[in-house]
Amino acid sequence: MEYVALIYVDEKQFDALSPAERQAVFAEYGQVTAGFRTAGVYVDGRPLQGTDEATSVRVRDGKSVITDGPFAETKEYLGGFYLFECANLDDALRYAAKIPGARYGTIEVRPVLPV
Amino acid sequence: MSAQAAIERAFRRDAARAIATLARALGDLGAAEDAVQEAYLIALERFTDGALPANPAGWIVATARNRAIDRIRRERVGQAKLERLAALEAIAPPDLPEEDAVIPDDRLRLIFTCCHPALALEARVALTLRALAGLTTEAIAAAFLIPVTTMAQRLVRAKRKIRIATIPFAVPRETELADRLDGVLTVIYLIYNEGHAPRADRASLRENLCAEALRLAALVAQQLPDEPEALGLYALLLLTDARRATRTDAAGDLVLLADQDRARWDHQAIARGLGVLTRTLRTGALGRFGLQAAIAAEHARAATAAATDWAAIVHWYDALHAIDDSPVVALNRAVAVAMARGPADGLALVEELAGDERLAQYHLLHATWADLLRRLDRHAEAAPAYRRAFALTRNPAERRFLERRLAETTARDQG
Repeated sequence: MEYVALIYVDEKQFDALSPAERQAVFAEYGQVTAGFRTAGVYVDGRPLQGTDEATSVRVRDGKSVITDGPFAETKEYLGGFYLFECANLDDALRYAAKIPGARYGTIEVRPVLPV
Repeated sequence: MSAQAAIERAFRRDAARAIATLARALGDLGAAEDAVQEAYLIALERFTDGALPANPAGWIVATARNRAIDRIRRERVGQAKLERLAALEAIAPPDLPEEDAVIPDDRLRLIFTCCHPALALEARVALTLRALAGLTTEAIAAAFLIPVTTMAQRLVRAKRKIRIATIPFAVPRETELADRLDGVLTVIYLIYNEGHAPRADRASLRENLCAEALRLAALVAQQLPDEPEALGLYALLLLTDARRATRTDAAGDLVLLADQDRARWDHQAIARGLGVLTRTLRTGALGRFGLQAAIAAEHARAATAAATDWAAIVHWYDALHAIDDSPVVALNRAVAVAMARGPADGLALVEELAGDERLAQYHLLHATWADLLRRLDRHAEAAPAYRRAFALTRNPAERRFLERRLAETTARDQG
């Protein structure tokens, strides 16, 4: 069973960090990712560039409308994700809780629709 | 009793176990319910005299399992199909429940699934009543004053989430057990309180909720005999329920604990409750349910209201207050202090609590405040507090009580 763990965090919080602090955040992500691999649940996982770099596209009446910025203006943005292979939701939630962002943001866990 | 009534009764008693066992094997609560429903129809057809075989629970599980196997065999081939078939076929005779056997019960797994924090709280309550207590969707909807279609949708959505998100049918592992158990006990406590609220309407439906909550609490306590809070909740519900018949008078009006006819308390339930509490105390650590049970036990042990050991009750409230900073606990503690040390001491605490925003709209704060002022003969101040309490509750029994007290106070003030 695949679950995606969507990491929602406050970008401003991250932007306010010093380079050394950012380095520490990435190092911690590296550690937990290694842990996920060892546990055999890691399928994929990526951090995303900030919403300043986001572009949205919608096609209406056959025409692409491209706008600057994310899909919705909210305080917490999708900052990255993991894809886990787990036996059940409890396992997925247990690994999601290890993601550093869970301590200051929110991890949304969703089962992947098998197609 | 008609044949159908006899079969219905057997299913009401044993269906939850069958549903739990099949849900574990199938990973799908809805399919488990369907299979047990099919077994019910077969029973109606086959046992026209209403007599199920000697081990009705075993028959229900075996029949429902066979129905589920047939149904899966008709599906298209796939890995998941084979896994579910294997799991169903593994429900062999040793797994079939024996009469009264205390074996690891699939119902315990099922209650952890139904009360999973990934489900909305209302859904947890409804699912638990549906799957474990065997209440119909109509009965649950009526008990919570919700349209049947809304309740049906709520149940369908919850079952869908269990299936699609793969919420496990399992007792949580040791590190998560305490937290998750607390969620289960909270749901049982909510079910009991919904039934226990002083109201004239839906009396039999609500009595049913109390009875089911007690059965569920007994089940969890029996299955997890080393968990202090599982025992604590069971003791609390037994001791509280022992007083249920005397809580309201014939007109449906509230009767205060001090005025209840203690001879009419259910002394058998009290003895059982005290026994469970003793076992809880042996586990060493009383939690919020165990401490409330200890408080209920002090009341249950007092032969008369005057004989109540209020100092002991204050002691238990101190402990409860230390682990639960709810203002309602603080208010109840103030009431106990008033009884143990006099109304002036209680009033001082209530006045402190009056600053707590969370209590501003809580009618019992104002009712307690009014009562303490009345006991201090400060009737002119008591009347407005009674009025505030009155304005904040819609419960008819409570309103009648407050009205009576307000009339007395106003008369005293003028007299």
